[in-house]
Amino acid sequence: MSGPNTEYDPVEVTPLRADEVEAQRDAAIAAIAAAADLEALKQVRLEHAGDRSPLALANREIGALPPQARKEAGARVGQARGLVNKALGERLAVLEAEHEERMLVEETVDVTLPTDRTVTGARHPITMMSERIADVFVAMGWEVAEGPQVEAEWLNFDALNMGADHPARTMQDTFWLEPAEAALVLRTHTSPVQARTMLTREPPIYVVCPGRVYRTDEIDATHSPVFHQVEGLVIDEGITMAHLKGSLDHFATAMFGEGITTRFRPSYFPFTEPSAEVDLVCFVCRGTGANDEGSDTCRTCRGEGWIEWGGCGVVNPRVLIACGVDPEKYTGFAFGMGIDRTLMFRHGADDMRDFFEGDVRFAQPFGIEI
Amino acid sequence: MKAPVSWIREYVDLPEQVTADELAATLTMLGLKLEALITPADAITGPLVVGRVLTIEKEPQKNGKVINWCTVDVGDANGTGEPQGIICGAHNFVEGDLVVVCLPGAVLPGNFEISARKTYGHISAGMICSSRELGLGEDHDGIIVLPADAGAPGDGQPAEPVQPGDDAFAVLDMFDSVIEFEINPDRAYALSLRGIAREAGIGFDVPFRDPADRDVPAANGDGHPVVVDDAGGCPVFVARSVTGFDPTAPTPDWMVKRLTAAGMRPISLGVDITNYVMLELGQPIHGYDRAKLTGAIRVRRATEGERLTTLDGQKRKLSPGPSGDLLITDDSGPIGIAGTMGGETTELSETTTDVVIEAAHFDAVSIFRTERRHKLPSEASKRFERGVDPELPAAAADRVVELMVELGGATADAGVTVVGEAPARRTVTAATDLPARVTGMEISAETAVANLEKVGCAVAVDGESLTATVPPWRPDMSDPFDLVEEVARIVGYDMVPSVLPPAPSGRGLPLAQKLRRRVGLVLAGAGWTETISYPFVGDSDWANLGLPADDERRRTIRMANPLNAEEPQLATSLLPGVLRSLGLNVGRGNADTSLFETGLVFLPTGDEKAPILGVDRRPTDEEWAAIEKAVPHQPQHLALAVTGQRERPGWWGEGRQGSWADAIGAVREVAEALGVQIEVSAAAVAPWHPGRCAEIRVGATVLGHAGELHPKVCKAYGVPDRSAAAEIDLDALLSLAQAVTPSPHFTSYPVAKEDVALVVDGSIPSAEVEAALREGAGDLLESVRLFDVFAGEQIGEGKKSLAFALRFRAPDRTLKEGEAGAARDAAVALAAERTGAVQRA
Repeated sequence: MSGPNTEYDPVEVTPLRADEVEAQRDAAIAAIAAAADLEALKQVRLEHAGDRSPLALANREIGALPPQARKEAGARVGQARGLVNKALGERLAVLEAEHEERMLVEETVDVTLPTDRTVTGARHPITMMSERIADVFVAMGWEVAEGPQVEAEWLNFDALNMGADHPARTMQDTFWLEPAEAALVLRTHTSPVQARTMLTREPPIYVVCPGRVYRTDEIDATHSPVFHQVEGLVIDEGITMAHLKGSLDHFATAMFGEGITTRFRPSYFPFTEPSAEVDLVCFVCRGTGANDEGSDTCRTCRGEGWIEWGGCGVVNPRVLIACGVDPEKYTGFAFGMGIDRTLMFRHGADDMRDFFEGDVRFAQPFGIEI
Repeated sequence: MKAPVSWIREYVDLPEQVTADELAATLTMLGLKLEALITPADAITGPLVVGRVLTIEKEPQKNGKVINWCTVDVGDANGTGEPQGIICGAHNFVEGDLVVVCLPGAVLPGNFEISARKTYGHISAGMICSSRELGLGEDHDGIIVLPADAGAPGDGQPAEPVQPGDDAFAVLDMFDSVIEFEINPDRAYALSLRGIAREAGIGFDVPFRDPADRDVPAANGDGHPVVVDDAGGCPVFVARSVTGFDPTAPTPDWMVKRLTAAGMRPISLGVDITNYVMLELGQPIHGYDRAKLTGAIRVRRATEGERLTTLDGQKRKLSPGPSGDLLITDDSGPIGIAGTMGGETTELSETTTDVVIEAAHFDAVSIFRTERRHKLPSEASKRFERGVDPELPAAAADRVVELMVELGGATADAGVTVVGEAPARRTVTAATDLPARVTGMEISAETAVANLEKVGCAVAVDGESLTATVPPWRPDMSDPFDLVEEVARIVGYDMVPSVLPPAPSGRGLPLAQKLRRRVGLVLAGAGWTETISYPFVGDSDWANLGLPADDERRRTIRMANPLNAEEPQLATSLLPGVLRSLGLNVGRGNADTSLFETGLVFLPTGDEKAPILGVDRRPTDEEWAAIEKAVPHQPQHLALAVTGQRERPGWWGEGRQGSWADAIGAVREVAEALGVQIEVSAAAVAPWHPGRCAEIRVGATVLGHAGELHPKVCKAYGVPDRSAAAEIDLDALLSLAQAVTPSPHFTSYPVAKEDVALVVDGSIPSAEVEAALREGAGDLLESVRLFDVFAGEQIGEGKKSLAFALRFRAPDRTLKEGEAGAARDAAVALAAERTGAVQRA
């Protein structure tokens, strides 16, 4: 506003009087303390610490003082302004903290509101069970093999030691395809993948083959014309039934937990000799057959202590010969389990119709479990 | 096969304390699997006693029924000694008969409590029981009338006379357990008590007495004449005869009980004896009424045009030729289908006194074919097709003669006809250590030999190898590994050690399977639920999808024996299954459903003719190629469908209906997850809405289609209009997936953003405009994204405005003033040239 005041000398400049500076300082500090919120404080800052505040104006008058007086007046105003700015800073911090606290309270939402804006998807439990099984064997170093579902009769039967007049053929109710000369079937088991594997790879062979199979069963709670099996096949030098038992015990433990192993019962399959049925220690009663709820019979194994799981055996040398594997050099084992059945007893699913009807409520609880 | 424990015990010295459960468990572990174990007494709580019917008063009822008001002497069993008054609705008994009475307080199978109750105007204090009510059989035609020899212990031993008040459990043999076994095809010998008892002897290491071990008279020329024309089909035929058989003689109680327990229905003494001997020894027997035979019995194949009415009353057309039906004939023509079922004309009847007994051995394959041809499984064919002991016929026929003489008062003829002879016993040679090598168990040569001897082999050891002469009842034992199984099951499968095989160096999951899992996870994560459908379809499915007559998807593979005649085709598309599921969900109130399915489709090649190759060697390369060529193409598809809301309404605002965009979007998401860049263009393909159908391509390869379903298709599947679906060839998509993703290279130089709004004709696909922008913008373009579509009056009739955000960046420098603008102008210029786009001010 003005240059050095040289018009009068010596003059007493009122705003620079000690009592005046102190009064302005005290008024500013009082106003700061009285500011109730950030908005008020902003106003106070303008009034008491802005360019046109009394202390700022007083500061400008310092130049009007004789040089010998400037220092003292400068110190006095500077100190006062310092105190005011400090008070402002402190008040600002307090008010900002108060503001933030209030805002956080005001912004409270109901976090219990639903957040289910998008719909939930799920994979089919049969798919996940197949993958879970494959993973157990992949972890053992095995490979996963697959094959077609419409299969040559020769691969589904003949190559597996089930010639046209073998009584075991009638045990597998087969969907035949037209025309009869096509000699094609919907595969009745995953075992043709065994034959395909032996015919297309050199031993050693360690494969597991989960897949869809077909039998002419009308659908009911425990039967379906479409179901799923997992086949295992090992061909190597020196392979024995003991390796079969070891592999299945490992499989059982991986699927059902420590202590759950298998037992073999003699059985018959044309493609294995010796053949066995595989039973699993009941993973619910752990083989006792008892129910922990006081009634005497375990519901999962019906009190047997064992659950029928599948079939297995040493690969019949006749199969090796038909598939071009030297039976003098190699032995092997094979096994097959029902995936749907495993799902039924492992998860307590009691109606196979639910598996294939397509009602999304069946798969949804399984989510994307892996 | 059902076997009463008492019958098993007849041939094997089982320790007294062995329970039926233990016996069943031991036999199961030997390979005769327990199917069911029934002890009739276990299902009933007494008192169950013998009663003698004293009086019967017939009382007609208003409903036309006649009931019997009976008094029955039950001895002291009712505590009073007074006759018991009982109402009975059956009429197959008379005063003086011994019957089985359930007294009040008894509980019958099915938790059926018996009490004294008022009925038909009387107090009925108990029940006179039928077989079915006691769980002893299916017979419910009348109540049980105890025969004169009731309670006889069996096979010739005299009965203690039964008295009223006696405990009926014992009289009815209800403490005798019946074990039902599931017999595998390789153990046909166990379809007899002889075979089961032999296994019990092995299991408990106790002696077995072979009921077939009997002296039989030598063949002579005096028996009924028999000619066998087909020795391959019938290697052995034994004929014996009896005369003076009493056709009215009753079947003894013990035999009735055993037959019933074994699941066979007693018919008449003659027939019952043949069935009994079949159960006892495993040899099917046929009896002919000699008076009705004309001339010699001749075994031959059927000739053209022959027919026979079998015992089940069916008139059957017989199959001629060398692999046709094997027949038993006489001068009158066919009188039976060999080993399967007899004919009506010569069957044993209530007037038969002279019987010709056939005990023959028939070729398993021949019987199997006949059984399948005529869909005629019988007790006889079941045994022959699996293999019967060819050395049995003489002993079995002799046993029948013995029983007919003993029980039917017959006289045995001296004549014995034997045609043919059993084949020589087979020998199988194997290394003595083969059982150990195959099973991994420690099995010495001595154990191997001993166990083979237990199953009936004669074994000769020569150094490191053994030769087993296989017993005739084991036609299944033909290979060295068959010997291994026999040795191993007796050592015990529970002795097989558990050893992991040496771990191969695996390669993990194949890439395609990893990717398939990823596809499933991506879709499930995006709100799609997986389903599995049957691949069985019919013409109605194609009609529902609105496929034109020449649509490739109508060319299908058909099943010869579909479960449902309306669905004989194998699916060439997953859409029928997926849309049926969608409809089912809507019908069940799952209005908002997004589902997907992956699975094979079956595409005919027109070249389906798979050879049946030999099995004595590996197929040649040509043979294998022929198999591979014959198997139809079966690619894996992915289909998905959506109806209702994809996003729900809520406090956040409106919900969002699923639409064509979700179907296409899901395919895009899947492709992105696989690192495949797909292209989308408009198409008009069924079952989609012709204006809302996208073709999904990569380059020239069409992967499939997606979009909104045609309204007619929605209607056909019972889903709301605007439902959407997609189907793609998943295998084709997976084959394009990036195995190795190239790393991106980006810099920290600043981005320059330019937005443009272009007005084009409404029919111009946005993708074309975008492609032109992309190409025209040049190398500096980082990305282009359509962020708004707008149509309205200010744009002009039939026009739309597309707003794109363009981002520019140079890899090596900050863009100079005007560079981005120039690139943008170039982009717009090319879009204008290609699509007639006009930039909005």
